[in-house]
Amino acid sequence: MSDQETMIKMKDVNKWYGDFHVLKDVNLDIKKGEKVVICGPSGSGKSTTIRCLNHLEKFQEGSININGTELIEDVKVVRHIRSQVGMVFQHFNLFPHLSVLENLLIAPTWVHNKPRKEAIETAMYYLERVKIAEQAHKYPNQLSGGQQQRVAIARCLCINPEIMLFDEPTSALDPEMVSEVLDVMVELADEGITMICVTHEMGFAKKVADRVIFMDAGQVIEENEPNEFFDNPQSDRLKTFLEQILSH
Amino acid sequence: MTNKQLPVDGKGLLNNPQHRAIFFQILALALVVFFAFYFANNMFDNIESRGITTGFSFLNNTAGFGISQTLIPYDDGTSTFLDVFIVGLLNTLLVSVLGIIFASIIGLLLGVARLSSNFLMSKLALVYIETFRNIPILLQILFWYNVVLAALPSPRQSFVYLDSVFLNNRGLLLPEPILQSGSGAVIISFVLAIAAVIYLVRWARQRHNDTGQEFPILKVSIALLILAPTLVYFIAGQPITAEYPVLKGFNFNGGLTIIPELLALLFALSIYTATYIAEAVRAGIEAVPKGQKEAAKSLGLKDHVILTKVVLPQALRVIIPPVINQFLNLTKNSSLATAIGYPELVTLFSGTTLNQVGQAIEIILMTMAVYLTFSILISLLLNWVNAKMAIKGR
Repeated sequence: MSDQETMIKMKDVNKWYGDFHVLKDVNLDIKKGEKVVICGPSGSGKSTTIRCLNHLEKFQEGSININGTELIEDVKVVRHIRSQVGMVFQHFNLFPHLSVLENLLIAPTWVHNKPRKEAIETAMYYLERVKIAEQAHKYPNQLSGGQQQRVAIARCLCINPEIMLFDEPTSALDPEMVSEVLDVMVELADEGITMICVTHEMGFAKKVADRVIFMDAGQVIEENEPNEFFDNPQSDRLKTFLEQILSH
Repeated sequence: MTNKQLPVDGKGLLNNPQHRAIFFQILALALVVFFAFYFANNMFDNIESRGITTGFSFLNNTAGFGISQTLIPYDDGTSTFLDVFIVGLLNTLLVSVLGIIFASIIGLLLGVARLSSNFLMSKLALVYIETFRNIPILLQILFWYNVVLAALPSPRQSFVYLDSVFLNNRGLLLPEPILQSGSGAVIISFVLAIAAVIYLVRWARQRHNDTGQEFPILKVSIALLILAPTLVYFIAGQPITAEYPVLKGFNFNGGLTIIPELLALLFALSIYTATYIAEAVRAGIEAVPKGQKEAAKSLGLKDHVILTKVVLPQALRVIIPPVINQFLNLTKNSSLATAIGYPELVTLFSGTTLNQVGQAIEIILMTMAVYLTFSILISLLLNWVNAKMAIKGR
């Protein structure tokens, strides 16, 4: 993978909430097509890290470069970056006043200025792919959690992103719905999109990730390819963490 | 273990919940009918024993008193009590409509200021809201009328703005627009501009659907609404002129006078109601979860699209019902004008007219019917809005 171009480059990123140091010198290099899983205890800064990438969070020090564009405080630059980065949230964040189809149309028609007809075709294609096309005219609250999360993934795909960010996409789901969402994510991964996923689904990490990153207290503690990461953890903190999440 | 025998056989007629419900409903109805008959009987007895005339024929009698503000032609000598009723109704509507407009504007600004990240602004808005919301509205009306407006100078010492707007203890005097021949064209052009904007909005939506292109609809609409009538105004040779108030002796002649009673009532009602509208606006905007804005941003939507397509549709759902209720409250509160003598429905009809005619039942019922009609109309509007804005599946 080393000869491939860099998609995301985070360099010495530091962030504070008031006095609280959330991110400490976070460095991250992610190549095009790479799948990265970030895990760590809650409050370790994993979500904050990926939320910095599409500027939902500001950072005070360091630099971020997305697909060749330096992330700076500029409305147009930020919008340009966001239009290449899809983000899936823990709580789906679908727009409840719009039907499933309209949820998928809003970005193509208002960001990429596509004709509605064309946008509908694209939207239906992606709804088909997440296996939910027959629900197109329902409203988000009429769907189950797993279905809503699949719609949220389809909504991101409609902007044809280079990068997909997943912020604990299965944490708010009932156990029996986790797999339907993970299946969609695995399919996506197989197609070669660049993917960063904050999750505790270790099975998914083993199956899909090229690299797993462990964060604690705002720092990247350890990173490795999945087998080494799980079978041969180096730091004590990762050992304790793995024991805790894999013990039952 | 032995089964304990039930103490009753389960056949008691009143132990059945359905029978009970029917029994109590019949009892309630009987009581209502009894009291209604009793009071009505009592009323007719009293009317008869005192020799009070009944019926609505008094409406055709000449009123014979002056009114300080009339929106329709009114003459002390010839106008009837029906005219008085209409004058009062129109004055109520005038102060209500103006009050609703001002309260909405102030309330919207206050609500947004309340959410501002600027410390001074949000705290000032908070102080304003907490102050004016917690003082009785009647007291506020009396305050504006007796403390603020009564302290204004006499006409000769008026506050003057641009030699055309005068403020003194007789009220606020404004230039009155005079429509001359040709002014119709200006009005027609304004109406046409509105029609054009409506068409433009539809056309822009259709174009956006077809091509995805955005159209700067807000800017073009504002330009159209201002430019078209202005242009026609000059082409038609400036047909609308203004009559300025002129000081003659101790008072002003000409122009448009807004009486102090209306000013005081308008100030009090808009400032008071605005506090409730501000809270509704704040609650509505805060009711939209943070995640909605984040999701919209993460899709790369522009700020105005996030506002109009994501935030507002969800916020308005929360904002509109309480705001419409406040409109209704403002209208009802306008009847407190009777304390300062603004000639609205309650002052003129349930006050002066009742004193002169003495037919309390008819007059009070007519007045009540007016407010009840307002309330029912607004409730219907509210139900319609609620049904239209409901989010499906929740």
